Amino acid sequence: MKTLRLILLLFILGTFAAGISAQNVPVLNFAQLEPILNNRNDTTYVINFWATWCKPCVKEMPDLMKINQKFKNRKFKMILVSMDFDIHLQTKVIPFINEQNIDADVILLNDSKQHEWINKVNEDWTGAIPITVIHNKEFYFFREGEITFDELNELITKNIQQ
Amino acid sequence: MKRSFLVLILSILSFSFIYADGYKVGDKATDFSLKNVDGTMVRMNDFEDARGIVVIFTCNHCPYSVLYEDRIIALDKKYKEKGFPVLAISPNDPVKQPEDSYENMIIRAEEKGFTFPYLWDEGQRITKVYGASRTPHVFLLEKVDSEYFVRYIGAIDDNSKSPADVEEKFVENAINALLANEKPDPDFTKAIGCTIKWAE
Repeated sequence: MKTLRLILLLFILGTFAAGISAQNVPVLNFAQLEPILNNRNDTTYVINFWATWCKPCVKEMPDLMKINQKFKNRKFKMILVSMDFDIHLQTKVIPFINEQNIDADVILLNDSKQHEWINKVNEDWTGAIPITVIHNKEFYFFREGEITFDELNELITKNIQQ
Repeated sequence: MKRSFLVLILSILSFSFIYADGYKVGDKATDFSLKNVDGTMVRMNDFEDARGIVVIFTCNHCPYSVLYEDRIIALDKKYKEKGFPVLAISPNDPVKQPEDSYENMIIRAEEKGFTFPYLWDEGQRITKVYGASRTPHVFLLEKVDSEYFVRYIGAIDDNSKSPADVEEKFVENAINALLANEKPDPDFTKAIGCTIKWAE
């Protein structure tokens, strides 16, 4: 069982290391997502929880993409965790990724036990989306609600590792 | 640069202000007078025979609210006669979210045959006082003498996507506990939902 988990973890990490294409959206449960969320190292991660049905999420997506363009060649990684249902992966999520030219990693979180995992992401999160987490090994930021290009740019510029 | 930092600080402060407000389990809940889809004004104190009220912040546009519409109707039908009617409140600013306008609330209530009042929180004051942060968001109130106290805050059940796969019916369990003179456990849960669309 332990070996199986390790293989799974290596597989997931491997997928990320290899850089998945935007059209390849892994569908994970929270136990599978958690190691990705808790991966605090030299890289500055922007992790945004969103959904195609969430208006403020859709509205801030162009700003997130501008940020990704600006920082993606540095020690930086953007992960977009979709709250869309798995049945909407092909009909809503992937068309949205294509329309918006999203080149950050997209994961679809398929785990109905929201009351169990919301607190594990952040205890201050009430459950409304969007949320944005920015972190590296020395820095942590959490926001529930919309975030702008200027705010992201300032936070990342100040805290990104050389 | 300095200015954008100031804006950042101010926006963080305003966010903490919004989210720090609101009721916790045990707090006394204020009454309100809000306009129902039938044009009448509804107050909690209108429910003279109630043992409590299931206040649910919900709206037309949010897919998670829509997923719960039938379950909210069922909840009202099942618990109204036991003394716990549902009172739904639409919290969003209709300028920011036109689908949630009062006119559209009337249409949706008719389409779905809501069995409970569907109230418009014009000006969003009650939403702020309660501290609702998403839709749907439940505040289960118990009446003690003529006052209402918050006994449970959170989700309706543990599976938004699929009613058939629900394992824990949080609100029903909480009402059943109150009917048995017990404390709801859990008395606070979280769920994914849509943000409240505040007026700018």
